[in-house]
Order: sequence, then structure tokens, then C-alpha cells
Amino acid sequence: MVFDAGLAVLVLGVAAWTIVARDTFAAVVGFIAYGLLLALVWVRLAAPDVALTEAAIGSGLTGVLLLGASTRVRRTKNLTAGKEPAAALRLAAIGLCVMVSAAIAVLVLLLPEPAPTLAAPVAANLAATGLGNPVTAVLMAYRAIDTLLEVVVLLLALLGVWSLAPDRLWGGVPGLHYRADPDGILTFDAQLLVPIGILVGIHIFWVGSVAPGGEFQGATILAAMWILTTLSGLVDTPSVSRRWLRLLLIAGPAVFVAIGLAGFAMAGAFLAYPIEHAKLLILIIEVPVTLSIAAMLALLVAGPPERSLHR
Amino acid sequence: MPGSATANGFLLVLAVILPFAGVLVSLALGGRNAERVALIVMPAGLAIALAIVVAVWRTGNALQYFVGNWKPPLGVAFRADGLSAVMILTSALLICGIGLFARAQFSTPRGAEARAPLVFWTLLLAVWGALNGVFIGGDLFNLYVALELLTFAAVPLVSLDGRAETLAAALRYLLFALLGSILYLLGAALLYGAYGTLDIVLLSARIHAQPVAWAAISLMTVGLLAKAALYPFHLWLPPAHAGAPAPASALLSGLVVKAPFFLVVRLWFDVMPGMPERATAQILGVLGAAAIIFGSVVALRQARLKLLIAYSTVAQIGYLFLMFPLAVRPEGGYPWSTAAWTGGILQAISHAFAKAAMFMAAGLIAEALGHDRIAGLSGIGRALPITVLAFGLSGLSLMGLPPSGGFVAKAMLLTGAVAEGQWWWALVVLVGGLLAGGYVFLVLARALGDPIEPLRLSAQVSRRRQAVVMAVALCAILLGFAPLRPSDFLQIGRPDTGIVGLR
Amino acid sequence: MNAATLYGLCSAVLVGLGLYGLIMHPEPLRKILAFNLIGGGVFLLFGVVARRGAAAGFGGDPVPQALVITGLVVAFASTALALALLVRLSSEPGRANLPSEGSGEEPMGGGPL
Repeated sequence: MVFDAGLAVLVLGVAAWTIVARDTFAAVVGFIAYGLLLALVWVRLAAPDVALTEAAIGSGLTGVLLLGASTRVRRTKNLTAGKEPAAALRLAAIGLCVMVSAAIAVLVLLLPEPAPTLAAPVAANLAATGLGNPVTAVLMAYRAIDTLLEVVVLLLALLGVWSLAPDRLWGGVPGLHYRADPDGILTFDAQLLVPIGILVGIHIFWVGSVAPGGEFQGATILAAMWILTTLSGLVDTPSVSRRWLRLLLIAGPAVFVAIGLAGFAMAGAFLAYPIEHAKLLILIIEVPVTLSIAAMLALLVAGPPERSLHR
Repeated sequence: MPGSATANGFLLVLAVILPFAGVLVSLALGGRNAERVALIVMPAGLAIALAIVVAVWRTGNALQYFVGNWKPPLGVAFRADGLSAVMILTSALLICGIGLFARAQFSTPRGAEARAPLVFWTLLLAVWGALNGVFIGGDLFNLYVALELLTFAAVPLVSLDGRAETLAAALRYLLFALLGSILYLLGAALLYGAYGTLDIVLLSARIHAQPVAWAAISLMTVGLLAKAALYPFHLWLPPAHAGAPAPASALLSGLVVKAPFFLVVRLWFDVMPGMPERATAQILGVLGAAAIIFGSVVALRQARLKLLIAYSTVAQIGYLFLMFPLAVRPEGGYPWSTAAWTGGILQAISHAFAKAAMFMAAGLIAEALGHDRIAGLSGIGRALPITVLAFGLSGLSLMGLPPSGGFVAKAMLLTGAVAEGQWWWALVVLVGGLLAGGYVFLVLARALGDPIEPLRLSAQVSRRRQAVVMAVALCAILLGFAPLRPSDFLQIGRPDTGIVGLR
Repeated sequence: MNAATLYGLCSAVLVGLGLYGLIMHPEPLRKILAFNLIGGGVFLLFGVVARRGAAAGFGGDPVPQALVITGLVVAFASTALALALLVRLSSEPGRANLPSEGSGEEPMGGGPL
């Protein structure tokens, strides 16, 4: 309990720092730290799958995005820098936010006891899905449509990011060209970490059917390894019009949809799994989805095409 | 227990999955195939929409489907009642029209893949799939994902031409939309914490008047209002809708902005039936009235045609929210049997057709003239008569003059206001109609006037595109033949349906 | 008060902090940061709801936990799109920020299409 109180105070402190820090870079670093502390909170809330996702995507990848953006936006002159908001506005904002927080806090205390829960139906139907991890069962079986649509969300976000490229750069390569310094520490790190990271990523994905983990967490680690490889200049990001890249991106959702449609024939409904083959089907979906998500996440971090393919 | 799946429920799955399958194929094949895929999906999707409407009509019941055969509260349900069915059909028709219109503008050139056509055709299908997802979703979190899909598909359409103004407009749109999503999700968290489910039918059985329920619905409503650009959350809409290419503006103003409104209706009348007080509903009405007055007045002051039309959207969205004070807790009878219920939905549909036709007409005019300044429109009536006529017909619907869907909608709202004894809304509707007449005639007078010097067109506009615009505008007019009484079809699938005539 | 309620109050404060940052910071990047903070608070609330629903041998109700995982991925996608828009916008000359919020402000005239 004391530990929880301390952790909560720390989280709130770092979050407050993120808001009030003047320098954007400092705020972003604070945000990354806040994310990692939040992952600890998730562990204390007995949600290890969420802790992994928060650490990997919420703090890690989001932090990389924010760091990259903060340096690029800083290059241009900030026209409103130095203009202090009026004290009256500040006071009004503080008042509003205190009221909102208080209202939510009161509502939290008013939540009913005993809390309604779906844990019992989840446990009862777990055997039919062939899985041991209840969160994976919810993601891939009970509410699989949400997961399918969420993968499409990622794909649309990627298309949206790509659409920001100027017309002449379409079909080009995302991100800057990082030159490899063969003796540098970044290259050494990449050569050492990436194979291990890939194995860790695959393991976390694989073990997600019975233990905390799963496709999103594993995919994030694979994406991070890809980003590390490009950052160190060992490999260059592919151009956005390469056929194999497009096929990699759509492979996951396409297999998901295909097996969903096959569910009409096999088990009488979209995204239904016949009990004997449930685990196998879920696995057949998860492998391409993990690879596709990894590609989507890595490309979302890389950004829109910025270099033309032809020099 | 929300009953069992109905026989034609699989149509609902197809309505959502088919457009997204099109998105996947477009991206994979790339190049010219995006347009081809869209042209194949459009008639197929239209057929599915018609099948859904026919199925709902024939059975007289809502369609229901449990995805994966998992019943709520564990699984996710898709449901299509009369309300969903008309919105699905409207979306399908309008997207087909917009697609045909956009063929000339976003035709794919030979050779290497071009950015704008690929992005446009893919996102057109994505918006369609997301809209269908919103209209049939039976689970509040599934609806959240559908709303996010809609946002991510719509925002890049705003900045498609890459100018700085449209990029800024797209960013502001995205930020408002994200604010809306977060508030919506906060409400959903509270609802799950209190009732243990997010399924709409189950919630309606479990929910009762408690602070947690009130807070959740308020948060979700405010979030959806931000997405629907209801005053005072309208700031993002005019630059975004005016800056997008004409087919995208038609899509955004016609359909995308109606989805959050649809969800507010779902929340108020399906998730917590009978709970909202009249006083709370008056707030929505006041905001709607403010939107009508403000939007129309600012539209009158615009110098550019597309901005005028965008501010007109801000105003016409206000009419939608007049439905709430008039349909909540009516004097005897059910909300869905009031005139205002039919009026509000009819307003959503007829505005969709009318506004889309208007934006497409404005696009043609701008292409022909090379600019869209209202002051420079003189003589365009002679050069593009069909287009200006289509614009005029759409304006009829916006003003609420017969024969048009807008007239029926506003007449129903007026009748509802009088029947409920809330005459002040009748005043707002009438004033709004007058103001709308003002800005429509502003444009028409210029367009039909004689130019000082002979008009030089910078581009030729094909007759086929003008015909498409005309067809869409005629849809808004055809809706004017809807009977002036509460619709039976829109009452299909309502709980405790008692079909009541005009009171 | 148990740990779950404590973190619930923590989530309330996070939402308030994020809202404050959203209102007070004019630069879009800080607004996006504030959005992530609000989102973190909302997800934490889901997590508290999950913890309170511990039953059937699980430490928490798996459904809200799965919803949070979905939400985290969607939030990442939103941040990516928003930041890409911001970076692209800031590389356009003369536009480092969103135009000031004022009713009736019109964007600069440009292509009409």
C-alpha cells in the first residue's frame, strides 16, 4: 500500500513535470519516464499484458515519435514563444481542471461494490478457444472484430502519414538516410541487439497464448529492432511503393478477414472458430498479423516518404 | 439476453467488411487498381445496402448478428434497425454518386503510382466501411473503434492537396476529433465500471438514473458533439470542409459529420431510454439553435463559395439537434413516434444529399472559373446551367422549401415543436430558413447575373459530371415526396414499438 | 481504500493535468503530449475497473484489459498521424503554429478546389 502510494505520487509528479516543463525536449523525456512508471502501475493492477503494451507502445514507440517530432518542429521559429497566457485564463483553467478531476474522483468512489465483471464468462469459455491467456482470448476470440478493425486503423493511419508526402516524393523512401559508421557504438549495438531482440519479440508473441504477451507486444519489439537497424544505417527503409512491402502490410488483415469469412462455412458465423481447430486458426491469424503490425509500427515511426528513389 | 441472431444478419458483416477488403486490395495492387477496386465495390456495397433495407422492411424487425457467435456481454453484436438501414442506404447512394463524380478529378495516370488518386480511392472505401460500422455497431467500444476509423480515413482527405492551410485544418480537425474520442472513452469506462457491459441492449436494461450514468452520458455526448461540430465546437469544420477537394468535402459534410449525431441518438434513446430529462434536452436544442443562427449569419458574410457552403453545414447540423428537446419525453407516446424523430433523421438524410450536391457543384464551378470567389460568379449560370440548377435545387432543400426533403424535415420539426408546446424552436426553424434563403440567393443572384466582361472559362466541365451532381440534388428533392407524418420504417426495431400517427 | 481506488484517484488527477496542459499550451506538440496524458488517465481508469472485477481466478477482469491494449494501439496511431501532420506543417514556410482560434477567422485564400 505504501509502495502504491509512493508510485502514484511519482507518476503524478512526473506527469505534472511533463505539463509544466518549458522546454519541449524535457517534457518529452518526462513523458517517456512517466510511461515506464505507468507500466509499473499496470503490474500493480495485475495487468501484465497491458504493462508490456504500455512500456513498448505507450512509452517506447510514442516517445520515439515525440522525440523525433520535437527536434524537427524546433528547427522552425516558434512564433508564439514568449507570450505568456493571462493569469486570469490560467486561474480559470486550473479551476476547471480541478473540478473535472474532483468529479472523476467522486465517480470512482461511487463505483458499485461488488464490481460487475466479465471474468466468469471469460473463464468459462476459455477452453473453447484453446487459449490459456484470458486477455488474448478476449482480443482474438470474443472481441476479435475489435482487433481486426484496430489493425485496419493502424493501416489507415499509415496511409494518412504517407499521404503527407509531396507528389514528387511519392514512391520514395521514408525518413532520413542514416549513414553507418562501421566502428561506431550504434552499429555495434544494432549488430548485437537486433538478433536477440528479434528472438525476444518472437518469444513474447508466441508465449502470449498462455502467458502475458501476444501479438502487439511482440510486434512492437520486432518494429523496434527494425527501427534500430535503420537508425544505425545498416539497412535502408524500403520505398513505400515496393510490392513486397505492400503485401507485407496487408497480409495480416487479409488473413484475418479470410479466416473470418471462412468462419461462415466452418462454424456458422463470421470470425467463429470450430472448437477443434480454434487454437490453430488463431495462430494462423496471429503470425501474419504480428508481422504486418510490426511493419506498420516501424513505418509509422519512419514517417512520410522524404527521399526520392531516383537520385 | 438480447435475443438471437436474425437470418439476414450476415449482411451487416458484409456491409462493414466489403469496403475494408477493398482497401486492402487497393493498397496491395496499387497504381491504377485503386480506382478499379472502388468502382467494383461501389455497386456491390449498394446492393448490400439495398438488401439490408429490404430485409428490415420485410421482417419488420431489426437485424441482429453476433460476431464469432459470442453473445453479449462477452462478444460484440451488430444491429440494424430502421434508423440504421436508412443511413446505410444513404451512405451507399451518396458514395456511389461521389465516386462517379470524382473519377475525372482523381483519375489515375498511366505509369508510376500517383499519390492523390491512390489515397482518395482507398480512403473513400475506408470512410464507407467506417460509416457502416458506426451505423450497425451494437457495442460502445466497437463504436469507438469505428469512430477512430472514420477519423483516420477523413482527416487525410482534408489535406489531400498538401497546401499549408489544409494541413493546418486537418491537424485542427484531428485534435478536435481526438478530444471527442477521449471523452467518449472516459464515459465508456465509467459505464463498464458501473454495469459490467458495453452492449447497447444490455446497458439499456441495466442502466438507471445514477450520478455515474449521468456523468458517462454527458461525457460521451460532449465528445460526440465535438466530432459533430455542433456550436461551440464548430471551429474546425469550415476550414477543413472548405479546404478539402470537392468530392471529399461532399463526403465530409454529407456523411462523416452525421455519424457522431447518429451515435448521440443511439446514446440518448437506446442506451438510456426514458432517462434524459426535458431540461437536459433543451441544452442540446439551445446549442442547435445557436449553430443555426451563427452558421447562417457567418455564411452570409463569406467571400468564397466553399466557405459559405461549409458554414451552411455548421448551421444545418444545428437542425439535427433540435430533434432532442422535441423527442425526449413527449407528451404521451414514444420518442420515435413523434414528428421530430422523423424530422431529425430526414434532415440528416436530405442534408446529406443536398450538401453533397452543393459541394460538388461548387467544385465544378471552381474548376470552370479557376477560382471560387462569389463576387466573380457572374455569368456561370449561362456557362454551366445544369450545375447551377443543381445548386439551386440543393438550396431549396437547405431552405426548407417544397418540394424537397428539407421541407418535409423542417415541417416535421415545426409540427413537433407546436405539438410539444415548445414554440420557440418553431421560431428558430423559421428564422433559419430565412437566413438560408439569404445565402442561397446570394450565390444564385451572382451566378445568374450577367458578367461585366465576357466570361472566360479556364476548363471545360463534362456533361456527365454535371449530370451526376444533378442526380444527387434530385435525390434531395425526391425525399420531398415522403409523407408528412412519422415514418413507420424509422420505428422498426424500437423497443415497445407502438406505431403512432401524427399527434 | 485499496490500491485500485488509489490508482483510480490517480487517473482522475492525470485527466485533470492533461486537460490543463491541453488548454494552456499553444504549441500543438505540447497539446498532443497533453492528449496522451489524458488518454493515459482514461486507460488507467479502465485498469482500475478491471482490477475491481478480479474473479474466477484472474487478477483482473480481462475484458477491460483487452480494451486498454486496443486503445493504446489506437492512441499511438493518432499520435503518429498528428505528429506527421505537425512536422509537415512546420516545414511549410511561415506556419509554425495553428492559426489563432477566433470565430469567423478565415484561412488564407488559396486554390479553390
